[in-house]
Amino acid sequence: MKKFLVFIKKEFAHVLRDRKTLLILFGMPVVQILIFGFALTNEVKNSRIVIMDQANDAASKEIITKIGASRYFDIVRTVMSHQQMEDAFKRGDIRMAVIFPAGFNNDLLHQNAAQIQVIADASDPNNATTLTSYVGSIIQDYQAQLSKTSKIPYRIQPEIRMLYNPQLKGAPNFVPGVMALVLMLVCVMMTAVSIVKEKETGTMEILLVSPFRPILVIISKAVPYLLLSLINVASILLLSVFVLDLPVNGNILLLFAESTLFIITCLTVGIFISVKTNSQQVAMLISLMGMLLPTILFSGFMFPIENMPVPLQWFSNIIPAKWYYIIVKDIMIKGLGFNAIWKETLILSGITVALLIISLKSFKIRLS
Amino acid sequence: MGETVIKTDKLTKRFGDFIAADEITFEVEKGEIFGFLGANGAGKTTAMRMLCGLSIPSSGSATIAGFDVYKQTEQIKRNIGYMSQKFSLYEDLTVIENIKFFGGIYGLTDLQIKTKSDELLHNLGLKQEAKKLVASLPLGWKQKLSFSVAVLHEPKIVFLDEPTGGVDPVTRRQFWDLIYNAADRGVTIFVTTHYMDEAEYCNRISLMVDGKIKALDTPRNLKNTFGVETMDEVFYKLARGAKRGD
Repeated sequence: MKKFLVFIKKEFAHVLRDRKTLLILFGMPVVQILIFGFALTNEVKNSRIVIMDQANDAASKEIITKIGASRYFDIVRTVMSHQQMEDAFKRGDIRMAVIFPAGFNNDLLHQNAAQIQVIADASDPNNATTLTSYVGSIIQDYQAQLSKTSKIPYRIQPEIRMLYNPQLKGAPNFVPGVMALVLMLVCVMMTAVSIVKEKETGTMEILLVSPFRPILVIISKAVPYLLLSLINVASILLLSVFVLDLPVNGNILLLFAESTLFIITCLTVGIFISVKTNSQQVAMLISLMGMLLPTILFSGFMFPIENMPVPLQWFSNIIPAKWYYIIVKDIMIKGLGFNAIWKETLILSGITVALLIISLKSFKIRLS
Repeated sequence: MGETVIKTDKLTKRFGDFIAADEITFEVEKGEIFGFLGANGAGKTTAMRMLCGLSIPSSGSATIAGFDVYKQTEQIKRNIGYMSQKFSLYEDLTVIENIKFFGGIYGLTDLQIKTKSDELLHNLGLKQEAKKLVASLPLGWKQKLSFSVAVLHEPKIVFLDEPTGGVDPVTRRQFWDLIYNAADRGVTIFVTTHYMDEAEYCNRISLMVDGKIKALDTPRNLKNTFGVETMDEVFYKLARGAKRGD
């Protein structure tokens, strides 16, 4: 145990002495949080929505048909209780709900005005605004159609509610994304590089010749980055609360526990890369191209996964960051508990265990 | 004759069809300075890695300090020191931090480390530099420090893989003084080198060609056997027939 502490102390000395590393470690999250303040707009296709038709009359049916025909929407169910709807939102099964009050057609024909309620999941604000405006135009289109056939100016008023993020702040969307990105960068690249560096300078051989067990070499390389990454999580959360005005709605301990799991996933990836490569440049390149790019593309943080071709949607499932992104969004923005995210947690743990087994196997092969 | 600390019998390492080390057989005694010579690619490093417990032999047998290279690699590791051809201390740590770290992973107590490091810094005349980063030291000093760190835990055998690459003859001579000191204390030195003047410093040398040991004797006897004046010529005569190389 004492040997282990000696080793970890040395690792900290490496990190803390290298100004450039320190700058990347602690400067990057701040810079990224500020840079990603510019939200990105994207077209949204095939969003899963639910429609509650309490009216069930000619007018409501016609609008539903129009919505269903649109390529933007995918109607999930048409009958649902309020409770069921709320649950579906929490699970992330649906993006939006459209509710027709009872007597919709009646109101429209006799009072010349009727209301439709539109509820959107605004934890992804771009998505929410886009979706609601699509529905708005479909309804307007129906109105225009009505006015053609009759002289009376019928009016339908969509009443829009943005769930979870009523002010449509951009921050909720990118803070979890930046967290995934920063942890991925710090853990994968830094661990990979720090292990490969020992190989390059020849100190790895000295360590392997010493009685210090190889597996402990790897673990003690990872521990400092685990701690530093947790500091990063804390600093991102502090920035988001005090600079971006975005509170953590869920349990902060749960958020840290899940972050620790994701950090371990990333460390395992870093170890795997370091076992497979022999130079710092290659390790860095693989970490950047091989891990960072898929993280940005497939975590759902910048580009909605629903938009992608089906094979790519499947592929996104093996990207650990995708699951972590969902988890952070659920805890931080939706304020959900563990029972809402246990599935994602399980998947993430599965990926981690698989990666761990693969890297330990290849590490042993290298030794013989 | 003293006790035998390294003993190999037909030690062989194959990588697929390639035989990197072919039935190597030799013995080294306690306190001996044993030179391990050979052209690049002759199989020196492979042989040495097997002896250090870094690589498992394909066949043959060997014991290091009485421990079996197949089954007792952990005990072997505790009883040997190692210095590789690449400079092998941490450049971004200070002299004293390096000493503490390597002492620590070999399980020395704080007190042992304190006494040892004082002694080491005194012997090398590095007292003033103890808190400087290793990166700031001249190469010769780094190598002397590296050797001293390799023998810090008082190993029975120390393996030196081309330890004096790239240093001037004066520093090399000083480095060899350290080696002689260690040998006098009973540490067995196993050293690979390219420098033939260094080969002359060894008690006995073995010459590897194409994975096999082609000659093994004292430098004087080898020169007599081949009827030449210098080790250079011995090396040239033997290595000329080599099929492998860069």
